[in-house]
Amino acid sequence: MEWDVVIGLEVHAQLATKSKIFSGASTAYGAEPNTQACAIDVAMPGMLPVLNQEAVNMAIKFGLSTHSTIASTSIFARKNYFYPDLPKGYQISQFEHPIVKNGFLDIILNDGQTKRIGVTRAHLEEDAGKSLHEDFHGLTGIDLNRAGTPLLEIVSEPDLTSAEEAVIYLKTLHSLVRYLEICDGNMQEGSFRCDANISLKPKGEKKLGTRTEIKNVNSFRYVEKAINFEISRQKEILESGGNVSQETRLYDAVSGETRAMRSKEEANDYRYFPDPDLLPLVVDELTIKSIKNQLPELPADKRERFKVQYELTDYDANNLVASKELADYFEQVCSYTEATAKLAANWVMGDLMALLNKDGLDISQSPISSQSLAELLDRISDNTISGKIAKSVFEAMYAGEGSADEIITQKGLKQIVDPAVITTFITQVIKNNPTQYEQYKAGQDRLFGFFVGQVMKLSQGKVNPQLLNQLLKKQLDS
Amino acid sequence: MHHLSLKAIANKLTKKEISAVELIQYFLDRINTHDKTLNSFVTVCEEQALQQAHAVDQLRNKKKLPYYAGIPIAQKDIFCTQGIKTSCGSKMLDNFIPPYNATVIEKFNQAGFITIGKTNMDEFAMGSSNESSFYGAVKNPWNITKVPGGSSGGSSAAIAARLAPVATGTDTGGSIRQPAALCNLTGLKPTYGRVSRYGMIAFASSLDQGGPMAKTAEDAAIMLNIMAGHDAKDSTCANNAVPDYTANLENPIKGLKIGLPKEYFSAQLDSNVAKQIEQVIQTYKNAGAEFIEISLPSSELAISAYYIIAPAEASSNLSRYDGVRYGYRCEDPKDLTDMYERSRSEGFGSEVKRRIIVGTYALSAGYYDAYYIKAQKIRRVIRDEFLTALNKVDVILSPTTPNTAFNIGEKVNVPVSMYLSDIYTIAVNLAGLPAISAPAGFINGLPLGFQLIGKHFAESTLLNAVHQYQKLTDWHTQSPEQYA
Repeated sequence: MEWDVVIGLEVHAQLATKSKIFSGASTAYGAEPNTQACAIDVAMPGMLPVLNQEAVNMAIKFGLSTHSTIASTSIFARKNYFYPDLPKGYQISQFEHPIVKNGFLDIILNDGQTKRIGVTRAHLEEDAGKSLHEDFHGLTGIDLNRAGTPLLEIVSEPDLTSAEEAVIYLKTLHSLVRYLEICDGNMQEGSFRCDANISLKPKGEKKLGTRTEIKNVNSFRYVEKAINFEISRQKEILESGGNVSQETRLYDAVSGETRAMRSKEEANDYRYFPDPDLLPLVVDELTIKSIKNQLPELPADKRERFKVQYELTDYDANNLVASKELADYFEQVCSYTEATAKLAANWVMGDLMALLNKDGLDISQSPISSQSLAELLDRISDNTISGKIAKSVFEAMYAGEGSADEIITQKGLKQIVDPAVITTFITQVIKNNPTQYEQYKAGQDRLFGFFVGQVMKLSQGKVNPQLLNQLLKKQLDS
Repeated sequence: MHHLSLKAIANKLTKKEISAVELIQYFLDRINTHDKTLNSFVTVCEEQALQQAHAVDQLRNKKKLPYYAGIPIAQKDIFCTQGIKTSCGSKMLDNFIPPYNATVIEKFNQAGFITIGKTNMDEFAMGSSNESSFYGAVKNPWNITKVPGGSSGGSSAAIAARLAPVATGTDTGGSIRQPAALCNLTGLKPTYGRVSRYGMIAFASSLDQGGPMAKTAEDAAIMLNIMAGHDAKDSTCANNAVPDYTANLENPIKGLKIGLPKEYFSAQLDSNVAKQIEQVIQTYKNAGAEFIEISLPSSELAISAYYIIAPAEASSNLSRYDGVRYGYRCEDPKDLTDMYERSRSEGFGSEVKRRIIVGTYALSAGYYDAYYIKAQKIRRVIRDEFLTALNKVDVILSPTTPNTAFNIGEKVNVPVSMYLSDIYTIAVNLAGLPAISAPAGFINGLPLGFQLIGKHFAESTLLNAVHQYQKLTDWHTQSPEQYA
């Protein structure tokens, strides 16, 4: 039987404000436990929340860049439940009236097609603290540093139909919030985490199947694995005549499986009601307008500009704009070099990214500055070195041995472009390989490559390949 | 000394007829003498108060001090006081010493007032008799078998017995006005948002409002001048200008339009109460006020709506008392659930638990629309009816309570009967309006109060109207003989 997969994602993006959403305490990550929790975060008696306008502005930025409606009035509600790291016994969130609703995000699928994914809503809320179960000898430690950190919960429509699409959507969203500088996107620290709602229905069927929710997956790879596992798990149940039960599941990265956490019946009754300590959040047109004017160029716009301005393919442009830092780096390289943008794109996305990925660095930590890379590209395009030599120069640059020019001079890698010198090499090679020369002359054209290789070997790769081709052909065929 | 107004005391201090140390010691002595019987204080701040008084006396020789510097004030134990236990009348917070001051406390400190003690109150301000306090019932100085009212019963008893010149209170459904009425005091519940709630322990956030309790409207006006104003730490605190509440006290009230809600003066009104209130009306008529009959048709729904909204908010506000971070934690918890259940079962008293259960129920899935949403709709209707009425009149007059002080123990086991003692005050909180209670005479030796309800932020009108009334009457000057 064939099945339609229906996936909707809920993403919690931690907003990059300096202080918490309802208090003045710092949001910096990694401080000593409970050193960044003030009386409000600890929910001392008589403490009251005061909304951080910066968090509101960030939510508006997100809303505007996803073509959403910004609610002129939105309401903070209390979500009531008891948990030791939830100091007030309720979380302040937005329930019936979120600040952002009815938007969309266009994603580019692997086949190059664009797909529009609905953004149902995005609302502001506060994070809880952390319960620490290790190191306390059977007791639980509570760290409230994270309590009150602002979150934007971004809920998609169930428009995604595979794990692959879900990951593309997630990466597009991740890129967007980082472009907007509203979230640092650090998934390991939990700044960007994802819940996935998954259900299956017989192909073509209108009615949705029963869904499960996988909680708190914190890497793109795990999201893909967790969804794929869940799809096959549900498929197996349905195909053996069973029913999927509506429940919350956890993904175990070690086993690669999801397991049930709590069923719908066990779910809390959160007793939402409007928080009487906070007035309705009113956003006026002027605020929206001024935030709109401050929006940076967004990934989709940048991609289109790159295609035109740098004559890049969809594929190249799409990859380069994935992160703002990468796109900026690429543009800087282009501004410094005489080489073509295509060459710059190839080097940035190819050699540079390969080494950075290997070392787990991101573009902002690149040992080679955009200006240095530009210098190397100039040496390629002005024929000082060949592309092949350039790779070894690049590696030396990456290892910190100096600039492109320094390395080329030091190592004597300057390309040989003097036809007389090249001809000398060719003559030498023909003399050294009389048999192959006879065979070539007898019609074995494919031996041309052999002679190119031998000249390169003899010249330690320094001969200009185009010139070599010309001169070798002339000499062999003469 | 203990009958003097704030102005008169301040005058004595300024002229150095008395030192601040002498003044504080004088009231401390009265507390020592009388409060064993009355139980109006949870904490007496003897040492701190004397230290501060000493500092005031020293400074007075060196520089100009705030006019009221050195005057003692009793603070309801719902206001957080830095370094001083703040219990909110509950076992849950019996060990709680806040590391911060409530804004109201901070403002009185800035004005030079000296906190002489923290007054007893119904647990988490839930009650109308001060019997739900963990620290025991407070006695009414007019008759110690009677309740002093609640929840600010410690404050009202303390002023009535002249153990402090003034005190703070909070009013969620009548908790300033009802005890003021039952103890022959003047108590003002300001407009919701007029006084900061920061550091004031929450009962029902959309209804709670701190305010002054005093012997006279003049003293209440002086206190409100200090208490009122915007506070960036309370998002619900109003940001409009604060007038000088003492400025209009002497204005004549000729032509003041006073509304009489026909629903409040029905046949059910106690005849003795009706007689006293009739005298109040006569006094106002003599002063040139006009009376107009008005209608508040939905007022009978106020108590029902209130007892959904207030417990709903309370059930959530009190979730933070879980034994995890501060306050009471049960002995040897087995596990998390056990810790929650026993800490809360043992730490809260029965009235608080009753309201948590009612509120939790009202907010539950499947009941929310029928209870909470409906109550909010009624609240809106009640507010609109008040605003319509207040378009026609300047203030609305009613009794503050249906009767004088009842016996201690009389209503403890009949919660609904207790709730009905707030029948005239509760609707005001739902509408967010300011209202004042002032002495209206005595029935069988027990004081009765009348209430004036004003337009939003029209506290000046209320204080002016009561001050003028107090110039024509002497009910407010009377105090219980035992504490003369």
